[in-house]
Amino acid sequence: MSLSPPDLKLHNLYSERDERVLFAGLSLSVSAGDVVQLAGPNGSGKTTLLKVLAGLSSRYEGDIYWRGENLITQREDFRQHSLYLGHGSGIKAQLTALENLRWSCAVRGQHVADADLHRALTKVGLGEFIQQPCYSLSAGQQRRVNLARLFCCPAQLWLLDEPFTAIDQRGVAEIEQWICDFADNGGMVLLTTHHPLSLPRPLRRIELGGAS
Amino acid sequence: MANWQWFHKWGSPRWFYQFSGRLLPWLAIPALLLLVGGCVWGLAFVPADFKQGNSFRIIYIHVPAAAVAMGGYMLMATAAAVHLIWRMKLAAIVMKSAAPIGAALTFLALLTGAVWGKPTWGTWWVWDARITSVLILFFLYLGLIALHQAFENRDAAARACAVLAIVGAVNIPIIYWSVEWWYSLHQPASIKFVGESTIHPTMLRPLMATLSGMYLFFGWVLLLFVRAEIIEREKNTRWVQALVSGK
Amino acid sequence: MGTSTVMFAVLRRDLQAALRRGSEWSNPLLFFLMVCSLFPLGIGPERQQLAVLAPGIIWVVALLASMMATDGLFRGDYDDATLEQLLLSPLPLYPLVLAKTFGHWLVSGLPLSLLSPLLATILQLPSEGLAVLMVSLLLGTAVLSFIGAIGAALTVGLRKGGLLLSLIVLPLYIPVLIFGSAAVKSAIDGMAYLPPLAVLAALLMAALALAPLAIGGALRISVDQ
Repeated sequence: MSLSPPDLKLHNLYSERDERVLFAGLSLSVSAGDVVQLAGPNGSGKTTLLKVLAGLSSRYEGDIYWRGENLITQREDFRQHSLYLGHGSGIKAQLTALENLRWSCAVRGQHVADADLHRALTKVGLGEFIQQPCYSLSAGQQRRVNLARLFCCPAQLWLLDEPFTAIDQRGVAEIEQWICDFADNGGMVLLTTHHPLSLPRPLRRIELGGAS
Repeated sequence: MANWQWFHKWGSPRWFYQFSGRLLPWLAIPALLLLVGGCVWGLAFVPADFKQGNSFRIIYIHVPAAAVAMGGYMLMATAAAVHLIWRMKLAAIVMKSAAPIGAALTFLALLTGAVWGKPTWGTWWVWDARITSVLILFFLYLGLIALHQAFENRDAAARACAVLAIVGAVNIPIIYWSVEWWYSLHQPASIKFVGESTIHPTMLRPLMATLSGMYLFFGWVLLLFVRAEIIEREKNTRWVQALVSGK
Repeated sequence: MGTSTVMFAVLRRDLQAALRRGSEWSNPLLFFLMVCSLFPLGIGPERQQLAVLAPGIIWVVALLASMMATDGLFRGDYDDATLEQLLLSPLPLYPLVLAKTFGHWLVSGLPLSLLSPLLATILQLPSEGLAVLMVSLLLGTAVLSFIGAIGAALTVGLRKGGLLLSLIVLPLYIPVLIFGSAAVKSAIDGMAYLPPLAVLAALLMAALALAPLAIGGALRISVDQ
């Protein structure tokens, strides 16, 4: 097992923004079951790194490998197996939670039965709000609609940018539990948060913002 | 990989700055000689046109300005493609620098066209196919400059403008052709007087001189703009600071 | 899930969202109606004069209305970050962008074209030109949607995109305006109106083939800043 290459490998990654170095010489290997927390002060490049990994930003130098191959040649496979949750709400306010989720899955090329979407929404605690337009939901509930994507879009890698924003205390514990369950089943998680995580499993912290 | 070395060398701003410094006089001197010589020749020695009298002489500026503005757009679009495909930073600088020069040349062409129009048609502005096309080219340049200025991030600005420059280059033939078609629809070919065949060879030779002079002039000014931009972008590097401090 | 199913899903969501917030599709229509009725007030009510100017007026105003509608094409998706999901799809971007642009045309260009006979009547356009006006607008606004989408994609990440969008796309709209209004004029004058319509159709084919590539590239750039 240990001989197989890590699923995700960053080698000597460098990125700058407006002539300011965000990170340099960043190397990291992520294998099945790893949970990696990206830490660092505001503006240290956490979001940029997640965007680079997700494929939304090409403003970096260095190499990224996905399952031993260069990511540039593996984009399609990578996108199928990764799930990125960014800062934004990720949902259309005019549509219901169910419609939003259905669209999110369709765009990934996955047809998910309505029953499964229901289950995902119930799991994030929105079982009663399925048919409500999202603009009538609270900020935390909207966030949960977005988080429900984690349970209806199958993936091996979660890239979560501040997943706890607008989430109450009980919700934070829930999300931590979801991350644990996912990693226990061989998933990989990279997340940014300022929240101190308490996971019942080893957690790796990568400090960004050292280079300046 | 060996054949790519020249490409990376060309992409290096420092190398390009030093190389272009040697190139400058070879562009500047012939450009000025051809432009001044061609103008003197065209204005003083070529016989007057039997129909338009002396007013036709403005073509020695008008035609080269319009032609080089057009060529400049194509050069800009090529640089844009190079920047998008190979991420060459120098190409982005060339693209950004070419836009204001091209816009200035289209403006010059419009201005001289208006000055030409007054004695010829009795009005400062005629919706003639060629003038209209130059006007649209002017708009395309202005749109590009406006887009570049709207971005705060330099890399994003360069890439967005590169897309727009390429879209514009694809559209220019369609636009020119449609304007020609539009003009022929509304004006039967009676006003047309600078038909390529009617121009006399003695008038043509100074035009060739100012045209090639204008191309060289464009190259010269473009290099100056590019060099200034390189210095601006690399101002924190050691070689620029050494250059500025005169070592 | 086939590409066409995904395209249909994208189209369906955009239509649902647009129809639930009516202003998105009704505002450009109202603009079209109001500006067209300003012209007789500015020019004068003479029937003959209006009839001569009507094809040009209707086409220019339709072009402006279409452009204004285009500004919102990607802005909503950019603001709520669903655009990121679109760009991260494992599917090629081309069909997704095509579906979005087509959906946009369905709520902007199509109602505009359907409304045009009414405005033609207001502006005294001779009845010989009515059918050709509608067909030329149907074809032409589709081209405008594609060209406008390029501009919208380039400016979606900018805070003040609206006016800039018009500076970028108006020069590119010119061929459509020329052939669209020429087709209507030809029909009124009893001349052959098929050639300009055929050119519009050709422009649409070219836009269909090429524009989504530029739109996709521009969206990736706009998200990455």
